[in-house]
Amino acid sequence: MTLAAIRPGSWNLPLFFHIGGAMLLVAALVVVAAAMGAAVRRGDGALELTRVAFRALLLGVLPAYVVMRAGAEGIVSKEGVDDASWVGVGYGTADGGLLLVIIAAVLAWRATRRGDDAPGGAGRAVVVLAGLLLLAYAVAIWAMTTKPG
Amino acid sequence: MSLYDWLLFLHVAAAFALVAGLASFGVLVLGGGGAAMRRALAPPAIALWNAGGVLVLVLGLGLAIDVDAYQPWDGWILGAIVLWLVAFGAGDPLTRDLRDPSAGLAPERARLLFAVAAVATLLLLVDMVFKPGA
Repeated sequence: MTLAAIRPGSWNLPLFFHIGGAMLLVAALVVVAAAMGAAVRRGDGALELTRVAFRALLLGVLPAYVVMRAGAEGIVSKEGVDDASWVGVGYGTADGGLLLVIIAAVLAWRATRRGDDAPGGAGRAVVVLAGLLLLAYAVAIWAMTTKPG
Repeated sequence: MSLYDWLLFLHVAAAFALVAGLASFGVLVLGGGGAAMRRALAPPAIALWNAGGVLVLVLGLGLAIDVDAYQPWDGWILGAIVLWLVAFGAGDPLTRDLRDPSAGLAPERARLLFAVAAVATLLLLVDMVFKPGA
């Protein structure tokens, strides 16, 4: 049996925005990977799928990132755990991930400019970046829940 | 890692999968996509929603049993189970329609079912974070 730590009530709101934002971020990335992956594999409906992937990055991933990151700042300041190694994992994946998200958004936008053709190399790169981001966020979820160190 | 660490990590990861499935449902139901969109998003939506949903419930009950401070019959945990039932009651016809489009779920009804599943899932997250009464 485990004795769980009950956190102070004032931590709950930033934690809610942090987790909720992170969930929407990962969910939108799954849509990006599935839609762009299908656009790369198949010719039919490629433009529609590429546009969905681009919109998911722009209107899903980026706003969710802002909510997740703002919630993270709020909960870190309340917990006073700035120096903890597991917080470093979170900052690393969040900040490094933002760069990859921006690159993926630019590539997805370029892929939409190809018209009815399959999204090509830019689309394949978006799929790879989305996969890498999902792996990185899985590590971040592990670090946030188990708090190693 | 302790049993508690494993249960919590997998419980939270399952919740992420559940929300990813729900978001994919949302794109399909609200986006009005064609056959290509359905072929691309329906399989991951159904898999993530179903696997995430089952695991989040089972692992959540495991946590409630493992953690001294909580009991499976605590009000906020019973509330979560009710919300889970509401979410899955609404999500079930959506998954059946995605598997077999000939089932012919009307778009308005699909939007309503999606809204119910989304609100129940949001309330589940509120319940899990704020733990009212704990």
